Amino acid sequence: MESLVTNLLNGLSWGMLLFLISVGLTTVFGVLGVLNFAHGSFFMLGAYLCMQMMHVMPSFWVGILVGPAAVALLGVVIEVFLLRRVYGRDVSFQLLLTFAILLVLDDAVRLIWGPGYHVVDAPAVLAGSVPLFSHSYPVYRLFLVVVGPLIGLGLWSFFHYTRWGKIIRAAAVDREMAEGIGIRVPLLFTAVFAFGTWLAALGGALAAPHQSLAPSMGDKIIIESFIVVVIGGMGSFPGAFAGALLLGLLESFGTVFAGRAQMALPYILLALILLLRPRGFFGKEI
Amino acid sequence: MKSKLPLSLLPLLFLIAAPFCLPTYWTFILSEILIMALFAMSFNLLFGYSGLLSFGQAGFFGVGAYSAALLLRHGGDSLWLLLPAGIASAALAAVVIGFLCVRRDEIYFAMITLGFGMMLFSIAHNWTELTGGSDGLPLAAIPPLRLPGLELSLFDPRNMYFFILAVVALGIFFLWRLVRSPFGLILTAVRENKERLAFVGADVRLVRLAAFTIAGGLAGLAGTLFCLFNSMATPDFMHWSYSAKPVLMTVLGGAGNFFGPAFGAAVFFLLEQLITSVTDNWMIFLGAILIPVVIFFPRGILGTLAGYYRERREKKQP
Repeated sequence: MESLVTNLLNGLSWGMLLFLISVGLTTVFGVLGVLNFAHGSFFMLGAYLCMQMMHVMPSFWVGILVGPAAVALLGVVIEVFLLRRVYGRDVSFQLLLTFAILLVLDDAVRLIWGPGYHVVDAPAVLAGSVPLFSHSYPVYRLFLVVVGPLIGLGLWSFFHYTRWGKIIRAAAVDREMAEGIGIRVPLLFTAVFAFGTWLAALGGALAAPHQSLAPSMGDKIIIESFIVVVIGGMGSFPGAFAGALLLGLLESFGTVFAGRAQMALPYILLALILLLRPRGFFGKEI
Repeated sequence: MKSKLPLSLLPLLFLIAAPFCLPTYWTFILSEILIMALFAMSFNLLFGYSGLLSFGQAGFFGVGAYSAALLLRHGGDSLWLLLPAGIASAALAAVVIGFLCVRRDEIYFAMITLGFGMMLFSIAHNWTELTGGSDGLPLAAIPPLRLPGLELSLFDPRNMYFFILAVVALGIFFLWRLVRSPFGLILTAVRENKERLAFVGADVRLVRLAAFTIAGGLAGLAGTLFCLFNSMATPDFMHWSYSAKPVLMTVLGGAGNFFGPAFGAAVFFLLEQLITSVTDNWMIFLGAILIPVVIFFPRGILGTLAGYYRERREKKQP
């Protein structure tokens, strides 16, 4: 029972972080049609910039406000000066361009903050742990489990009830039609890319007290969020949520029933989904 | 065509003369370039010729490397066994994985190959008893090259270099014949318009599967060579970031040109040498070079140069 609850909470808290970065990835893919390899690097930058901000002003909340906003600005620059030039091209070129951006960003982080680990302390309110059965459980992870669905709910309301949210969904369904009814698509693309970047960076900032910061932290999460986005359905919001939870739980419970083979489970899941239901749980027909 | 032959032989002459003129250190670099050139060209059979972007080729490269390391560990000590075994094991892995992958296109193909590649990586990484886990499998000894009446030790870097050069040249010659065969033409047709090809009666999946298997087998050959060269097989060979190498080399050199990936491999390593002599952060430079290549020169360096050369020649003879 105890290990069950611990695994469940671990899986959920990791799943929530995965959700935050996957939802940005899937929205960008849905609207722009670009699968962004550099998305994990934005996640990492969010964490590092949050840390950097905390050196200036030692408050986690300031860090989480400023860090992701700064990364979103970088997203604007990247979309306007680089991505915009390859929209008409083959998908593989878009993938390669974002991969090149990944190389630059990852190495830039290594250059600026060094190859070693960094630790970010959780804010005082969320530090420490609470008793859970005979052991204790870190409060910060519980915070993630709670805040994840809240952000998810906020995003869902944004997409369904606000004008901008509806515009984004319209553009994802039919780009040409959206342009035809007067939506300024280039501006929308920039905004959506910045928004996706901001979400990834927010996930990174939230992950900062949860894991140690290293220049490789983006590499691991980008592959996992690719898996989430594919199994949930590319471009699908509920898909990102379901996929992230499933993958988070699979990783925490995987060690229990699969032992050492746990590491291969996400890839087996990816392969199975692509073979049996290539559009994913909630994706559009392909 | 007549004037083209000597021109294309120049690089080969350079490669034969190089170890006698350059310091030993460069023999090592050239050996690595040759292996990676074969790896990248095998990848380009999928990418450039069939239009399939695979992000899991390192998986097959690693299968070739591990098959050599395991065979050597369990008593197989002839190169004439290791090389075919490396090709066969990687081709076998590729035919099974390819059977599942070739039904998908574009981004889905890239993702599913990435997934399978990482699956192979996690096997190598976690099945410690067989593969030595993250430490990898070191080779105790490299078997000598046994030719009739001759036995050459591959511990000599020059012998190793010529051995690699010969095997890679054979591999490239095979690819050269392949892409100019009817099969190569069908492959290109799959890339250009697979619906139309299906209508005229070709089995698109079978053609793709054949290409995937051949590319996998050749990646395995490159992996076997690299394992011998490196005296080691490690799980890193199978990681997705290793799969990215042939992709980057191919894009640098040009996917539309037969020798583009090999040229890209050479550029990749020379740049790495040049930049790492100044700074450790060479990836940032690689990225900064790749971005303009992808945006402005999608045909790659060699592809762009060849195109420019062709245009000039056509202008001269209207």
